[in-house]
Order: sequence, then C-alpha cells, then structure tokens
Amino acid sequence: MWPSLALASVGAMAPAAAGETNSDPARLANLVRQDCGSCHGLTLKGGLGKPLTPDHLRAWNREQLVSIILDGVPGTPMPPWRPLLSEPEARWIVDRLQQGNLP
Amino acid sequence: MNAAKMIAKLTLALLLLMPALVRADELRGTGNLGLIIERATGSALIVDTSARKTIGRVEGLGDLSHASVVFSPDQRYAYVFGRDGGLTKVDMLTNAIAKRIVQAGNSIGGAISDDGALIAVSNYEPGGVRVFDARTLDPVANIPAVGADGKASKTVGLVDLPGRRFAWALYDAGEIWVADLTNVESPAVTRLTNVGKLPYDGNVTTDGRHYLAGLFGEDGVVHVDTWQQPLKAERILDGYGRGEQQLPVYKMPHLEGWAAVGDKLLLPAVGHHELIAVDLRKFTEAGRVATHGQPVFAVARPDGRHVWVNFAHPLNDTIDIVDTESLKVIHRLTPGPAVLHMEFTPRGNEVWVSVRDADRIDVYDAASFAKKAEIPAQKPSGIFFTARATRIGQ
Repeated sequence: MWPSLALASVGAMAPAAAGETNSDPARLANLVRQDCGSCHGLTLKGGLGKPLTPDHLRAWNREQLVSIILDGVPGTPMPPWRPLLSEPEARWIVDRLQQGNLP
Repeated sequence: MNAAKMIAKLTLALLLLMPALVRADELRGTGNLGLIIERATGSALIVDTSARKTIGRVEGLGDLSHASVVFSPDQRYAYVFGRDGGLTKVDMLTNAIAKRIVQAGNSIGGAISDDGALIAVSNYEPGGVRVFDARTLDPVANIPAVGADGKASKTVGLVDLPGRRFAWALYDAGEIWVADLTNVESPAVTRLTNVGKLPYDGNVTTDGRHYLAGLFGEDGVVHVDTWQQPLKAERILDGYGRGEQQLPVYKMPHLEGWAAVGDKLLLPAVGHHELIAVDLRKFTEAGRVATHGQPVFAVARPDGRHVWVNFAHPLNDTIDIVDTESLKVIHRLTPGPAVLHMEFTPRGNEVWVSVRDADRIDVYDAASFAKKAEIPAQKPSGIFFTARATRIGQ
C-alpha cells in the first residue's frame, strides 16, 4: 500500500468508528483523490470541475453537497454517484471536504 | 627504457584514454526511450523500451493529477504539462530538469509547433493558451480565450497543425480556434463560434488535416477540415446516442492517441459502452463496437489492425482489443485495478499499460497478448514514448 495512504487510513478510523459509515475510509479517500480528482484535481484544487477546497465549498450546505454527489448536476459533467456510493459514504466525503481533513 | 617506466607510461596512456572509453560506452540514442508519469508523487520515470526497464526517475514536476507530454524534435527533451500550470522541460539523457516554470494556475495539456520552436499550453485557469520558446521556456505569446459570449473560457484539445499552427477548443464557449503563429508576435487566430455544447477534447488526424472535437453537452462531434478556406466547423454524428439513455460518465473520454486506422476512426461514445467508427472520407458513421464499459482511450496499434480500449471507473480494470476489420472485440484483458493509459512501441510490437492502483506498468506482446514484463511505478498514469516527436498532433 502507498505509505501516505496507509498512515492516513489510521487517522480516518475515528469518524468511521463514530458510526457515520462502515466503508473503508482508505478506499473512500482514494476514490475522492483519484476518481473525483480526474476532474477536480488530485489536490482537489480544481480542473474541469470546480475546486473542492473548504473555502470554495462554503457556497453550499452539507445537504446540498450530499445531493450533488449522489445525483450529479444536470447539464454539467458532474455525474450522479448514487450507483457507486451510499448516502453515508457521500455524507462522509462531504464532511471530510468541508472540514478539509480528507485522510 | 626500463620496465617500470614502460609500465608507468602505459598506465598513464590508459588512464588518459579512460574518459573517452567511458563516454563511448555511455553515448546513446533516445529513440527507444519513454517517460511515465507518476501522478501522485509529481515524478516521472525514464524508461528504456528495448530493455523494458526504468533507467531514471525525475522528481519535482508538481501536481501531475492530469499530465501530458510532448517531445523536442531531437527526442532528447520531454515537455511535461502538469495540472498546476507547471511546464517542465526534462532532459531524457541526464534524468534531470533542464528548466521549469509555473505558467498558469491550472492547465490541461500542450503541444509543440511543427518546427519544434514553440510550446503552447492550454489552460483552465486563467483559461486561454500561452506560448513559450521551446529552448528557454520564455513567454512569447498569450492568447486569452474569450468567447463570443464575452466570457473567459477553459481551453481543451490543443494540438499542433502543419504551418506553425495550433488548434484548440473553448470548453465553456463552445468554439474552435485555429491560430497561425508564423509571426509569433501577432498570432493570426481564426475563431469558429457556436460549434456545439461543451467540447471536452479535440485531436487531429495523423496527416494534420482533420481536427475533431468531441462534445460533452450533446451527442455529436465537430469536424474542421483545415485544408479548406475559409475554415468552417461542421457537425458530424449528430445525436449518435439517440433513443438511448446516456449513462453517468465517471471519467472524461480522451481523444489523445485516438484510433485512426485506414479509412476509419474509432471514437469513444460519451456515456455509452461503445466506440463509434467514423468514415474518414465522408465523416459519417461507419459502425459501432460494443465494449466492456465507457471507453476512455481507444489507441490504434501503429499498423492499424487492432485498437486497444480502456474504460472509465468502475470498469477500469479491463482492456478490450478490437479488430478493426470486423469491428468486434477479439480479446479481453484484466491487467488490474485502474488501467489508465496504453502506449504502443513505435512499430507496434509491444504495448505498455499503466495499472495505477497496482503501482505497476505491464508490457504486453501486441500480437499474442502475452505479458512480457512488469515494471514497478508509483501510481502510474500517462505513458509517452519519444517517437511521438515525429508525429503531427502529438
């Protein structure tokens, strides 16, 4: 496993243990970085898609962001992730992005 | 002369010869070299494609979450375009950074002019195209992409055209621009407006004649025949997904390295599990190829007999090999998690495949599909061989 990810996954256990999601945080964080990162940048500072930095995300509340992830944004390349992510997983991703502490 | 003196003289002569001998041994060509992007670490591997091994590693290339590479005409220098606006000139012989600049906030790719003198970079932030001296990376031109709607636009699908020209598309504004930089101080830009919604990428046929841009905002492709004057943009494959529900797209298709084979061109269909074959004389649909998932890259073996296709998340562990005569998938490989890119050796005997989440490059025999080698790499993505230096649009 990639060293930084291995380290990061330890830190990520806390929110998962708090009952938000049973998913593997390392897998989710990897998905955000690598697959969301295809459009939003590996560092989440934006690309074809908007930046996912806490500063930029301030324009939306938590529920709006969860719904954007799950249902996409029609008319833009943002796809609905509902076929691939559960609601708790989307919530976990939004929390991490809003707080800027994606493991 | 006594024996001792003789030996001393011989030794001295040998010592003097040594540097020359070492040098002769180290001299090498670059035609069989390649550069592999390690996207998470901002580094790149320099590989020897004949030996199938890594011969060097270059670090400090910035954010390479999206990266592309072009080569100098002498195939010594690689120009690496990073996500963070970084433009790095890498010396493939010394595994060192010859020069690096950060020319914008966020960029998507670049191209080198036919004479090798200019490097053009396509930017998301602040948009537009910037042009640099290929030798020094000093800025020589800046072409902001303000569309007919008056707004600054992200630019995509930047390629070189014969005659010191470049073509690119404006993502937000839906335009295609062709710029003649014969006189770099005053670029002559032809703007084709209102070509279609959200062009996401573009490329030119290997003869440098036909520029095509794929649309994301609607089912269709835009065609510009650069031999015609005045230039005009024509819609082809209109409504190619008509009547079918478009699937969510988890990774943008790429037209880079696209499959132009004989009289056909195979393009990824956005939001569909298929490739569309385009007749290269009439620019009409010539068939479809049902594939494992949504194609990201469709790369032709240099002889045109086969096309290798990889797919968007979550079906990205697979490669389909398509026979270009029958337009059927004749073989399916599952190299591993996150197959991101494929690059053929110049004569097409082998294909190198990056398997990102396995931290590995696989080398396949392009005829038998047998795996010939594995090369460790950290989160590898794009693979670029120096032979690209000789090709228009690459």
